[in-house]
Amino acid sequence: MAINNIWVFAQGSGGVATTGTLELLTKARSLSSKVTAFVGGDASEFAASLGEHGATKVYATGDLAGKLPGVALSAAMKSIIDSGDTPDVIMFPQNYEGRDTMSRLSVKLNRTVLTNNIDIADTADGVVATTPIFGGNILVATAFSGQGPHLASFRPKSFVAEPASGGTPEIVAVAVPDLGTQGGARVVATHTEQTTGPKLDEAAIVVSGGRGLGEAGNYSLIEDLAKLLKGAPGASRAIVDAGWVPYSYQVGQTGKVVKPSVYIAAGISGATQHMVGMKGSKNIIAINKDKEAPIFGIADLGIVGDVHKVLPKLIEALKTRS
Amino acid sequence: MNIVVCVKQIPDPASPGALDASTNALKREGKLILDESDAYGVEMALQLVATAGAGEVNIVSMAPNGETSGMRTALAMGAAKGLLVSDPALAGSDALTTAKVLAAAITKLGGADLVIAATESSDGYTGTVPEQIAECLGLPSVTFAKKVKIEGSVLKVDRQSESGYDEVECTLPAVISVTAGVVEPRYPSFKGIMDAKKKPLDVVTAGDLAVTPTGWAAAGQKIVNVTQAEARKAGEVIEDDGEAFGKIVAFLENLKLI
Repeated sequence: MAINNIWVFAQGSGGVATTGTLELLTKARSLSSKVTAFVGGDASEFAASLGEHGATKVYATGDLAGKLPGVALSAAMKSIIDSGDTPDVIMFPQNYEGRDTMSRLSVKLNRTVLTNNIDIADTADGVVATTPIFGGNILVATAFSGQGPHLASFRPKSFVAEPASGGTPEIVAVAVPDLGTQGGARVVATHTEQTTGPKLDEAAIVVSGGRGLGEAGNYSLIEDLAKLLKGAPGASRAIVDAGWVPYSYQVGQTGKVVKPSVYIAAGISGATQHMVGMKGSKNIIAINKDKEAPIFGIADLGIVGDVHKVLPKLIEALKTRS
Repeated sequence: MNIVVCVKQIPDPASPGALDASTNALKREGKLILDESDAYGVEMALQLVATAGAGEVNIVSMAPNGETSGMRTALAMGAAKGLLVSDPALAGSDALTTAKVLAAAITKLGGADLVIAATESSDGYTGTVPEQIAECLGLPSVTFAKKVKIEGSVLKVDRQSESGYDEVECTLPAVISVTAGVVEPRYPSFKGIMDAKKKPLDVVTAGDLAVTPTGWAAAGQKIVNVTQAEARKAGEVIEDDGEAFGKIVAFLENLKLI
């Protein structure tokens, strides 16, 4: 099929479009001349950058007044589609809001969803989305069958955001319809965890710790090393689930995708769930006491040893240099 | 307080996954176990019902082959009864069909004050089913719950966000998805395991629930190609002799990062 009309689920943060949004727009404009950004909120501050990355039109709902995005935005999208603007494909980011909105919309439209993708193409087989499985060792290409809109979500950093020459697009206000009992959930307070240093998914160096650290108190070794290297501390799912560090530190399938210059994995064995989030790093250093640990299979430098011995010496050596 | 927990029975994640050569679907032969992600939902439900002082926890699941061993684990933990939708025609179902089937199963059990699911399964991790179930049932939903309590008819949830968490209040009935680590799942006791063998576990087909199974033919998606990703090669692996930290320093120096 030919793709003539793509929507991108677009998000802003602090008045600017998120990098993930610009990545999806860049890909969308390579597939279709008509690209619409759908914003759940106010788009006026960053509409120009949406246009610069390929959006020719912007739908914006305005403030959601505490409504949860999934139910509200799917209802708004459905009402636009019912009124005649039917996209061939809707691209969603693989994050909380994108996932919830896509799920609700799939039921409203009776359409399947393809999630966790890293690529999309318009082929002789139809619209084909590609997703990595088994820790990224195998790529599965899946074609949508039947009528659009085809709903697909994409992992962060699947595409590289590049500006083009588009001007500021037209902003069309869309209303969120009455949600009835489905709209029974409200955000009553928002809490932001304070972090210092570079953001985990943007840092040039990431130092992550796992279960091999032994206990929560030893995570300070990871923080100290990250700070010395002006990097960001990360974590495996195991120690996030154990409550050692907040979820925002998690690298992996259900956490952040990172692609730093150097990724240091300390006491992390390399579960599939973790590898998916970091194997795109340019260089990987692993320290683990089990020489059979899967992480060594993808590490450029592997140290078979005790993190409690290697990390303090490494930290000391770096301190004497600075 | 009646709670239904949606669970998935999956191949043991400890053994490496493989794709069926003819269908390219994940192989699900052999014994299936309760997805570890679902143990948190079962535990959460048991705790909420205990706090409420009345009601029961019921389990729903879908499988193509009549498998119940994972559901028995949930019953052994303390759930009252189970309903399995088992139908060979469901093999190859997409997430949307799965949600329709589970929503119909929940309705068959008489509905619930609260429906709990994991945020995503450990084998397929599509991650859309809880929210799709809510939409099928016409209910509000709160996904990625990391802390849950019920006060009267109001659900209070700390919902994980990209930068921290949101406090969300929601009217019941509702659907929630819970993150791993939200509670510490109990191990089934010996008595629990023995009792679970006698607990009611009904098996119905998709037809019994008046859901049309789509299966492979009409899943709305078709795998067209499976390829090996470009492999990352292992580099140098050394045993720490007490001086291995020096290798890391040299590695970082070489990249001009220090």
